[in-house]
Formats: sequence, C-alpha cells, structure tokens
Amino acid sequence: MEKTFTISIYSENNVGLLNRISAIFLKRHINIESLTTSQSEIKNVFRFIIIVKVPEESVKKLIQQIEKQVDVIKAYYHTDEETIFQESALYKVKSSALFEERHIQNIIKESHANIVTVSPDYFVIEKTGFRNETDRLHQDLAPFGLLQFVRSGRISVTKSKMGISEILKKFKSDN
Amino acid sequence: MKTKDQIALQAIEGESIKITGAEAVIRCLLAENVDLIYGYPGGAIMPVYDELYKFQDQLNHVLTRHEQGATHAAQGYARTSGKVGVAIATSGPGATNLVTGIADAQIDSTPLVCITGQVGSHLLGSDAFQETDIIGISTPVTKWNYQITKASEIPEIFAKAFFIARSGRPGPVLIDITKDAQFDTFDFAYQKCTGVRSYKPVPALDTHAVTQAAELINQAKKPFVVWGQGVILGGAEEEFRAFVEKSGIPAAWTILGLSALPTAHPLNVGMVGMHGNYGPNLLTNECDLLIAIGMRFDDRVTGDLKTYAKQAKIIHLEIDPAEINKNVVIDIPVLGDCKKSLEALLPLIQKKSHNQWMKRFEELMKVEVEQVINNDLRPQKEGLTMGEVIMSINKHTQGDAVLVTDVGQHQMVACRYTDFVRSRSNVTSGGLGTMGFALPAALGAKMGTPEREVVAVIGDGGYQMTIQELGTIFQTQTAVKIVVLNNEFLGMVRQWQQLFFDKRYASTEMVNPDFVTIAKGYHLDAKKVDKRKDLDAAVAEMIASEKPYFLEVCVEKEDNVFPMIPTGASVSDIRLK
Repeated sequence: MEKTFTISIYSENNVGLLNRISAIFLKRHINIESLTTSQSEIKNVFRFIIIVKVPEESVKKLIQQIEKQVDVIKAYYHTDEETIFQESALYKVKSSALFEERHIQNIIKESHANIVTVSPDYFVIEKTGFRNETDRLHQDLAPFGLLQFVRSGRISVTKSKMGISEILKKFKSDN
Repeated sequence: MKTKDQIALQAIEGESIKITGAEAVIRCLLAENVDLIYGYPGGAIMPVYDELYKFQDQLNHVLTRHEQGATHAAQGYARTSGKVGVAIATSGPGATNLVTGIADAQIDSTPLVCITGQVGSHLLGSDAFQETDIIGISTPVTKWNYQITKASEIPEIFAKAFFIARSGRPGPVLIDITKDAQFDTFDFAYQKCTGVRSYKPVPALDTHAVTQAAELINQAKKPFVVWGQGVILGGAEEEFRAFVEKSGIPAAWTILGLSALPTAHPLNVGMVGMHGNYGPNLLTNECDLLIAIGMRFDDRVTGDLKTYAKQAKIIHLEIDPAEINKNVVIDIPVLGDCKKSLEALLPLIQKKSHNQWMKRFEELMKVEVEQVINNDLRPQKEGLTMGEVIMSINKHTQGDAVLVTDVGQHQMVACRYTDFVRSRSNVTSGGLGTMGFALPAALGAKMGTPEREVVAVIGDGGYQMTIQELGTIFQTQTAVKIVVLNNEFLGMVRQWQQLFFDKRYASTEMVNPDFVTIAKGYHLDAKKVDKRKDLDAAVAEMIASEKPYFLEVCVEKEDNVFPMIPTGASVSDIRLK
C-alpha cells in the first residue's frame, strides 16, 4: 500500500550528489513529490528531505540504495506521524485588493499568514504550515487574482533522535 | 640528478614538489602501484599522455583500438590479478565510449579507476568541442565519480578513487580532469587514503547473526549452498572450501562465482540459474536451508521470485547491506566480509555429511547427463558441438586455463563444461551481458596473469563487436588464445526465437567474413576447423603456441543450450529440451 514517507539524508556537500541521489529514484521509476536540501545541524554536513509516495517495502530499498552511496553518511525514512513537518508558500497579490477589499484582510488574519512586503503595485503574503492550510489560503486568495504563487518542498524534523554526530565521532576514532 | 624512481618515492613520503597536474596524475598512479594502464589519447587528455611518454619506463600504456576495449581490458586485468584496473580516455566520445565497460564493471563489482580528460574549466557548459557531461552520464553506473577542475585536487581525489574502487564491494570510479587542471602547477604530495567519513566499506561482523546461522546450519537436513563472486573478491576461497567440507553441504555456483571451488570437488554440484544444472535448480525448491554466500539473487539465478526457495530458511553472507532483502527475503543476514564470516562460522558448525541429500543431486545429474550432456559432449551427429570444443580445450590445458567468455550460447556452454582447478580463472560479463567483452577482456586477463594460459571463447556475433582489438593483441604480442565458435547466428537470440517466437528468425542470421584472413591480416597465427577429426590437433597446436593464436571452429548452426529456465518461470520448471 502506498503511503507518504519522508526520507532524510545526511551527506557530504559535494557537487553531483543531488544527481546521484535522484538517479536512484529515476532508475526505479519513482516520482519525487518534493525535495529540499540545506545545511544540517552539523557543520559541513548537508541534509536532504525527500518526500515519496510508495509502499514501505520500496522505501526500505530506496534507503539501502541511498546509504550505499559513498558520499552519504546516513539515510532514514519516517511516516508523517513520526515527523514534525511544514511547507512555506508565497502569494503575490495586487495591492489594490488589499486596500479595496476588506474581506482580504480578514482572510490574512484568520489564516495566520504574514505580509512580507507591500509596494504600490503588489503585496506578498507568506504562510507556513501544512499542505491543507497553504491550499486553503490559495483557494481563498484566488478570487482576488493571484499574480504569483509558489510553495516550497516539505521541511521536517523527526521526533526521535538522529545520532549523526555519534556516527561521525565513531569514524574519527576508527581512523 | 635524482632518478625518476627517487622522485616518485619522495612524493610518496609526503615531501612536496612543484609539478603540473598531468605529471601529478602519473605520480598518483605510481604511488598506487599501477604499472599498466589501457587507453586512447585525444585532445583533452594530451597533457597526461605527454607525461606518460616521459614515464614510459615505469608505467606501461596499452593503446587499445577503441575506448570500450580499454575498459574491458582493464576489467580482465582486474579480474585475474585482483588489482585495480585503470583505463584512460579523452573527453566527449572518448569518455562516452568507456560507459559500457564502466556499467559492466559496476554490475559485476570489478575495481576500476577510469580517467577522462575534459575541456578547460572556463569552457564547461559552453558545448565546447568534445565536451560531454561524463559526470552526469556516468553517475548511475559508477561507485563514485568526481570532476577535478584544479590541479591541487589531484592527489587527494586519486587516493580516494583507488581506495573506493578496491575497498568493500569493489566497483568502478571515474575521475574527469579539465585540461587546465592538467596544465597548472602546484605543490605535489601524496598520501594514501585510509578512510572516507561517509563511507563504510565493510560492515562490522555480527557475531549474533553468525551464531544464529550456525544453529540453522547444524539443524538442517537438506542444506544447500549457493556461492557467488563475493568468495573470490573477498579472497575467501580457503575459508569457503573448509566450510563446505566440514559442513558436508552441496554447493552450487553463480556464473561469477565459478572457479572459487575446483570443478572436480565432490561437493561442487554445478551451476544455478537459467542455463545452470538440473539438480541445483530443482533442489533449490527442495532444500530446507539455503546458504547464499557473496551472491545477489540476480533474476537469471532465481527465475520467478514468488516460487523461489519458499520452503527454505535463507542465510545470506553479504558485504553490501543494500543486497539484503533486495530480491529475496532473508531469514538470517550475516553482514560483513565473507572471509571473516566464514572464519567465524567454521568452529561453530558440526562436522557432517549429507549422503542421502547428495544422492538427490547425483540422481538428477544422471538425468542431465543422459538427456543433455551426452548430446553436447559425445554427439552422434556430424556437426561439431560447442561442448566438444570445450572438452578439447580442457584436455590440452589440463583444465587449468583462464577462461574468458563473451555473452550468449558459447558462454553458457563454456561455463558449464570448462574444468577449473584454481580461483580467478573465469572472466565473463555476467550481470550486464556485454557482447564484445571477451576479446579485450582476454588481453587484460593475460596481462594480469602472464604466466597462465588464457583462452578466450567467443561467439561469432560478439567477436565482431570488438574485433579491432586484434590490433592491440598483435601490437603487444599478448599470447592469448582466441577461439571463435562460429554458428553463423546470434545463437542465444535465435534459440529464444525458436522456442518463444515460432522460429521467426528476425535479424539473427549472420553472413560472416573470412575470420582466418582477418586474423592473418593482423599477422596472427590462425586456423579454421570444421570437422571433428581435425579439432583435437588444432586445439593442441593452439595451446602449444607461445604466441597469440586464432582458432575458428565451425559448429552446428542451430544447436540449443539446455537445461533452460524460461524467463520468469520457476526454477522448478527447468526444461531439459
């Protein structure tokens, strides 16, 4: 049965690693729902967050193949229940809507969104939350004419400990 | 003045000297004890070739006739010598021509370091002449790859490349070097790589798993061992043999595991898989314990997974954690280097023999002899069979040659019937099934073990895919013995067309050139045999020769290889005809 899984990868920050990771999905004809890369809590260690919808059996094999890569320190998979996750969205709307329509101010307030910037022509709203929240705000703002909309990939942290520092420490003591 | 040796030594000891990136490449190779590389020059790698010229007394470069030949030769060299094979090529087409060999080395776990030239770093991404994204192209088929754009990166990256290629489960590594990085000078010092923090080549031995495995082995009534190339790559032949002999368990090989245990060993029951032996395949679905050692349950071995060894408990001794449960669900995974795992298992297992169970293998072998093997080796018909050619080679090499095969019917027949007495004697393209592999691989195999007899057995199809390497064999005077089994067909494809496509022989019949004339054109001794009475003398003459030798044997056109498990069928559905 297909399910949403969050794959977390701790790796070196090398040119080409993204290509190597995505090739593992490509080879198995698996679509990546979202992908985010950033630095991690550890200096010089990179973190990937990849979201896939696959059976658990497949995600286990993906993790094995990802961990096999030389530049990958460790990979994990988690269910939604095991992670705390968010997405960010930006909405660009005509400024006239903000001043002329009282209703839009209520929408922004009720959705706990933030106004990032206001200019004579447009203003930008930011909303961070679950998919259904950014989706709802999209629906609510659409009638006012969205000039642009963009949503980030999922970022997440796990409820359980990751233990990457221990792995790196062990490497140091082994060598 | 210091000799080059002293300079190389100095560099190894970590004192720095100012040299170009190109010279650094050579010094890195020397520091890794490389004395032989295969390659083909071109624009973007010329600075390195210029240094090769200067260092030719220390580093032998073999000019193949195509870059694909360079990778296959490096593979053959690696497989017989146990060392890392090195291939070098220019950018663009030079680099892309390496890809088949790299993919072959990846799937068959062969340690290679491939070096490619690249356009200058200021031209990257500009679609410059002979620019190609070889890092992007080779990523899915390399264990690791890296693009060097600064000369100063060379020592560290080369050290890392050799370490990664040879450690753990071996594999191919590609290093792409921009032309400016070859020209630039820097302070060179070399330090061998002993570890990469994100990379764990050998998982720690799990002693608990070893104990559990030993218990299962001691309890089993009908245990069965299937071993693969891991035994050879791990240098675990002695431990493996001791394990099999003490436990008394019948053992069968995958095509890449072949030669790790002598053919004549009483517990060697033959090959598993699509064209493997009758007993080992049928009894896979009868054993109560399957002990898989250094093998990866390839689909050509297992057939239909839903009906593969379902009745058995399965133990898997494996170095690569990604192989555990990949295709077959494992009851007891024993991660680690199989040399260590087998060593740990040995004192825990009871000395046993399984006479009744062994008898089942013997009975089924009798059936196979009557229905298949007699026809192959002692044919009543006029035409020559591939099997009798192999028997003649066995006879004249005393069963102690290195066998190099290509892909297809001849490969299955040669692997089924060749005698082996020592390990690292079977070089073939197993996982990728690369036609054209054998001729260049044989060149490398002979260079990897020059004192041994190396016989390449090749079909007429695959032979013509890399036939130009006859030029390399002639130029280097490498004494390989080349046997082409000519049935004027792409035989394995034709066999499938006959069995599964109602004999519609779409594009499988070959009108061949005069192979003897071609070999003679390359100044090689050459002979053709098409009658049984001439076969033995011709093989004897070939083996007795101390030079490269070409022998064409015209065999029956439409012979089939049996036994056979049709694609997707169960190992239990193995056919004898």
